[in-house]
Amino acid sequence: MAECHPVGFQWVMEAKARGAKVIHVDPRFTRTSALADVHVPLRAGSDIAFLGAIVNHVLSEEKYFRDYLLAYTNAPVILREDFRDTEDLDGVFSGLNAEHRTYDASTWQYEGMQAQAASGHREQSYPDTGGEHEASSDESVDELSGEARGESHGSGGADLGRGKPRRDETLSDPRCVFQVLKRHFARYTPELVEEVCGVPRDTFLEVCELITENSGRDRTTALAYAVGWTQHTVGVQYIRTAAILQTLLGNIGRPGGGILALRGHASIQGSTDIPTLFNLLPGYIPMPHAHTGTDLDTFVDAEAGKRGYWGNMRDYLVSLLKAYWGEAATEENDFCFDYLPRLTGSHDTYTTVQNQMDGVCKGYFLMGENPSVGSANGRMQRLGMANLDWLVVRDLSLIESATWWKDGPEIESGELRTEDIRTEVFFLPAASHTEKDGSFTNTQRMLQWRHKAVEPSGDARSDLWFMYHLGRIIRKKLAGSTDERDRPVLDLTWDYPVHGDSAEPEAEAVLAEINGFDAEGGPLSSYTQLKGDGSTACGCWIYCGVYADGVNQAARRKPGEQQNWVAPEWGWAWPANRRILYNRASADPGGRPWSERKALVWWDEEKGQWTGHDVPDFPKKRRPDHVPAESAEGPDALSGTDAFVMQADGKAWLYVPTGLLDGPLPAHYEPQETPFTNPLYRQQRNPVRVLGKPHPVNRYQPSGAEPGSEVFPYVATTYRLTEHHTAGGMSRWQPYLSELQPEFFCEVSPELAAERGLEHMGWATVVSARAAIEARVMVTDRMSPITVQGRTLHQVGLPYHWGSNGYSRGDSANELLHVSLDPNVHIQETKALACDIRPGRRPRGPELLDLVREYRVRSGITEHTGRDM
Amino acid sequence: MTDTAAQTGDTGPSTTGGLLHGAQPDVAGAAGHRDHPQRVGFFTDTSICIGCKACEVACKEWNAVPEDGLELTGMSYDNSQGLSASTWRHVAFIEQRKPLGSQEPGVAHGPVGGAGGTEGMGDFDVFAAAGRLGATVPDPGAPAGAEPGAPAGEISPLAPDGRAELRWLMASDVCKHCTHAACLDVCPTGSLFRTEFGTVVVQEDICNGCGYCVPACPYGVIDQREGDGRAWKCTLCYDRLGAGMEPACAKACPTDSIQFGPLDELRERAAARVAQLHAAGVPDARLYGEDPDDGVGGDGAFFLLLDEPETYGLPPDPVVTTRDLPSMWRHAAVAAAAMAAGVAACFAGRRR
Repeated sequence: MAECHPVGFQWVMEAKARGAKVIHVDPRFTRTSALADVHVPLRAGSDIAFLGAIVNHVLSEEKYFRDYLLAYTNAPVILREDFRDTEDLDGVFSGLNAEHRTYDASTWQYEGMQAQAASGHREQSYPDTGGEHEASSDESVDELSGEARGESHGSGGADLGRGKPRRDETLSDPRCVFQVLKRHFARYTPELVEEVCGVPRDTFLEVCELITENSGRDRTTALAYAVGWTQHTVGVQYIRTAAILQTLLGNIGRPGGGILALRGHASIQGSTDIPTLFNLLPGYIPMPHAHTGTDLDTFVDAEAGKRGYWGNMRDYLVSLLKAYWGEAATEENDFCFDYLPRLTGSHDTYTTVQNQMDGVCKGYFLMGENPSVGSANGRMQRLGMANLDWLVVRDLSLIESATWWKDGPEIESGELRTEDIRTEVFFLPAASHTEKDGSFTNTQRMLQWRHKAVEPSGDARSDLWFMYHLGRIIRKKLAGSTDERDRPVLDLTWDYPVHGDSAEPEAEAVLAEINGFDAEGGPLSSYTQLKGDGSTACGCWIYCGVYADGVNQAARRKPGEQQNWVAPEWGWAWPANRRILYNRASADPGGRPWSERKALVWWDEEKGQWTGHDVPDFPKKRRPDHVPAESAEGPDALSGTDAFVMQADGKAWLYVPTGLLDGPLPAHYEPQETPFTNPLYRQQRNPVRVLGKPHPVNRYQPSGAEPGSEVFPYVATTYRLTEHHTAGGMSRWQPYLSELQPEFFCEVSPELAAERGLEHMGWATVVSARAAIEARVMVTDRMSPITVQGRTLHQVGLPYHWGSNGYSRGDSANELLHVSLDPNVHIQETKALACDIRPGRRPRGPELLDLVREYRVRSGITEHTGRDM
Repeated sequence: MTDTAAQTGDTGPSTTGGLLHGAQPDVAGAAGHRDHPQRVGFFTDTSICIGCKACEVACKEWNAVPEDGLELTGMSYDNSQGLSASTWRHVAFIEQRKPLGSQEPGVAHGPVGGAGGTEGMGDFDVFAAAGRLGATVPDPGAPAGAEPGAPAGEISPLAPDGRAELRWLMASDVCKHCTHAACLDVCPTGSLFRTEFGTVVVQEDICNGCGYCVPACPYGVIDQREGDGRAWKCTLCYDRLGAGMEPACAKACPTDSIQFGPLDELRERAAARVAQLHAAGVPDARLYGEDPDDGVGGDGAFFLLLDEPETYGLPPDPVVTTRDLPSMWRHAAVAAAAMAAGVAACFAGRRR
């Protein structure tokens, strides 16, 4: 965190100054470790085993927060009789379709829920175009799970369907979630941690003690992760394991608790709230599919939750449609629901690259993204781009993704010739964040407004300028068209005020539209005002209130010392300026704070309402002892203790009955490529991970006991340095940053240096089945060998910022990577791979390809390697 | 204005304090400033430095200091190497086999080529090991003065569980703005001057590039810029101070490792911090440059360190290089008088 989020780390330091203990778990000793109380190096890719063992410790030592569990989680809920755990099936869950490599999640449901109807619909998705699942017929649509559907749960869990689950308040029924959890994690022991993660038992137990001692009524523990935690074929389950731990300890919805995702760059939270993702509409409303949900009511019926605030999805969606199409959206035409684009398959970034290589995708916009350096298997990215009709790159500088056609690695190796590439490449200079107005949404869901400091130089323009004028020009070209397919563009509300010589649109006008208007055009102040009858318009329902009273609430900067510790008047957080989500859980079932020390919101009996330091995350007047009517739906169906108001049952999910594609509970699977065999189960890898179509540039390596795996004996992990920014577009062109980390280097332990003959500050070549790259060698004690499965494992550290352009240059670490994805959100596995490292520089030209080919031959790699389920 | 040498008219050298050495409670006043603001400075608490180098970048951005060369040094994460004419804030990174307070570093190093055993680990030196393998290792500590690998004398025994200790020290260095600044004393043009804030600033439009100040600095801070010839160093953001703003580095420091304020207040804060660290089991914590009785009369920019100053590349006992100037002059005067007397005697002798 100190390494990648130094500004946020000031609060960790402040907590430390007040006596907080800081534990840092990372394969490397980083700047964070330097300031932590405990540093735990572990094998990259083994975190579920580590966290799972803490879960086991909490359960077996009875360190969980029992009252919290009973009141606010699904621990007492009974599961279906036909559910089978990894314990029963040696590493897989019931419902696995080995042929399609998907799970049918119906057996994961709670007993007594009619899962099939509602949940089945909600899970309906689209045939996959790029993956292993060769499904395309209409019936397969019903059968397929919702690939990359996990993102639609960015605000609350999946729908459960109708019914009332059976509960056992004593937590003793063998089929209740609590008991299933206990059995599932029983094999995650300290001994196993030692074997899988390479973390000594006493270190592990020290971590357990520190965390459990610091959790309960009076104390809370926070987990913070950088997004590297998600970049695994089991990425979502990493976070799930953390969520289980925090829920067991009662660390959710309470001050000082939670799981904090430290995002990769500014406003990544914002880019899922108002998404740049293919499968979402603003506010986590799913994107409709081409084959289902053909009209508004069917769609809403299938997607809306039956209980909690997702029950009002129609209000949110209709208001969104009104924001998009204004007057044109009427009750009669389903508020232009038909104008929305429809999904016909996965359109994630890696599928898109596959489609480019296949000649299906012909045009590509890259806005502030440098996939040639930043994405897994950069070569695949470039080969995709080399097969386009046109490519538009908007960036601050001439990044590698804009110049690969003349100086990329494939030109050097002779694979591509500039004169053969038919892609027309446009480069448009972009304005930086200091050169435009706008907001960032941080990991706390807090919007903070920025004001432009300087005018952009030359032809540089803001993204807002580009999108607005692009739309304006397209609409002008289409004006007068009678073609029905042009109506969605022509009917758009596209009338933002502009200012200045460059006709820059007013960013605040966009914010006001996102906030929403009532029928009279006045600003809304809360999403509870949204209506499904077309009388309100709102660009993103969760952001409703950010422009309340016509004031830019995100621009508020009242200093912390002038307000209470929650600081509600600094910026604005969604939803409803609430700083801690699910904060009803900070009070006990009766509505009293669990402790004075950790008081946040509570029930005021006298006034008959919830109150506190933060905005209560609960219906204001709902009594703690409220029991909803059987027939109640939406928010009305929440009982007085359903603290998790966005969840379909109002409870925190220790066990996920629906919504995940790779299991209701996390299980340790080995990374796609690893020198080790999974000691937990016979199932080596995540059985439903997503692999692309077999392709010569994306070969996988043998793992564990498979012959040839010894050719790649080391584990590598990629990461960032404080001095640079992601794929380097914002830092490698800056002399002041470049001089601080002037070139690509790899970090190795003295032991590995000795074993491989690597010299400090000499050169090393790192090889995988995809590529060989060269790096200067940094021999450091901060890299430490660990003992895994009885043998010494060396790990290689690879900062991934570099490329061939800019002021500070070097090979790109991500060239080494393969494309294999988490099934829920399609994140690539960048944080754990197996490799070889050898002294000296890499060959140039075609000899470079020969070297990699030689490694593939030596390890016996074929198109089938690593593709077992 | 309080009692000062200037006021009393005693501008001559003194052995008990004053312009050239010893305690000087009113440094700006001594330089002739009247109704001046409080003396300000930096307290850099290296125990909370996270090595982000924001200070280096903020300093360069604000003061338009040019880039200082791209060189991967291998000195841990320190690629700016030391203070220079074009680096006015410098973050040193020191990797040591030594525990940090109560920290559990978790690393485990065995002997080179071994299978993770612990024997001989205490004698293992990463740079030496890497050096044995081939080409020479770049001198890892040259400008910072400290070897990133643990100096032999500081290798601590293994932790009870057989793991080696490791700590990674980070410290942001800067011009010390000495109470008795030799650079200023020797400057023939008056380019270097004492500001009303008690800081020492070079005026770029007056400096003639003579370079006298460079060897005069007991810390090796001030330097001439190549291709320019003039001397450059930290101004403690004189322009910002004048506008009521704190210096850029302190403003940018995310953890408040760099604290700016009135020197008296900073000294109190620093003393409390050291006491706190000692109580927390960090006996290595010490202040550097805060003592008005030290060889430079105390620094305007002082530090909390976690090891000997040498480890960070700081001189252990800096002395203002002009301290002995008065006595040198006196000796010179005596010598001159003696010589004159001798010459006179010669002539007198001849006359005889």
